[in-house]
Amino acid sequence: MHPNTPYRFPLLSCAALALACGLPAAAQGAAPAELLAGYTAEAGAPASPERGRQFFTTRHGHEWSCSSCHGDLPTQTGKHAATGKPIRPLAPAFNPERFSDAAKSEKWFRRNCNDVVGRACTPAEKADVLSWLMTLKP
Amino acid sequence: MPFRLRCFILFAASMGAAGAALADGHHGTRVPLLPAYQQECSSCHVAYPPGMLPAASWQRLMHNLPRHFGTDASLDAATVQQLSAWLTANAGSERRVSEAPPQDRITRSAWFVRKHDEVPAAVWKRAAVKSPSNCAACHTRADQGDFDEDYVRIPR
Repeated sequence: MHPNTPYRFPLLSCAALALACGLPAAAQGAAPAELLAGYTAEAGAPASPERGRQFFTTRHGHEWSCSSCHGDLPTQTGKHAATGKPIRPLAPAFNPERFSDAAKSEKWFRRNCNDVVGRACTPAEKADVLSWLMTLKP
Repeated sequence: MPFRLRCFILFAASMGAAGAALADGHHGTRVPLLPAYQQECSSCHVAYPPGMLPAASWQRLMHNLPRHFGTDASLDAATVQQLSAWLTANAGSERRVSEAPPQDRITRSAWFVRKHDEVPAAVWKRAAVKSPSNCAACHTRADQGDFDEDYVRIPR
């Protein structure tokens, strides 16, 4: 600790500390939008929230849909389909932690797409789902 | 500088987690949970105390995360390595846990079955319980690794 550290750049110093400590960048409100922009660029076409809603709420030849754990409207607490554990809301407007960390988002897309679709999701599918989640507001 | 203080506390906690085990009258030793273990595993279920399974079971589970009881629970290699080492070091070594249960399921362990033999079959099926793996449905302090009977509340 340096008592003489100037307070001129509190934001910058906080960000640097967050990085240094490996904390999720939860404070970065633009993260879901940035993530969406990345997926959309990869997909090479605009995202469709309606397509995302359908993808999320329907099954894809496997036992579970995304809704099985997150609920049809993921603005509320869901419930793990196997263990019963509560799952906090997925829509970023209802849970600012969601999609605030790209690596974490990718980890869960990888696992859950494998469970629900039996393969990795395409960038277009991720963009669609995320764009729908971002339309859900209080 | 509360942010720096928080970083320091986080760091100290992560260093201390692998250290001393707390005494617990009912369950031998209670090991403070490794923060990474808590974070990764408790997304889907209670972070089961490492002493509830023998090392061989933990190793099989950690090798098989992409096919983890019917779901993909895969992690990056570095995290798998970190959690495996900690689980192995803190695995159950007492006689009651020394034998790997069928399918490496804690709920199929002889000690688990014995300790729950008073629970009627219908209780497990209640919507609020759903599965014997849902410890926290009845063990209100399960998330803190406390399974003491005094804190059991069976939901209606």
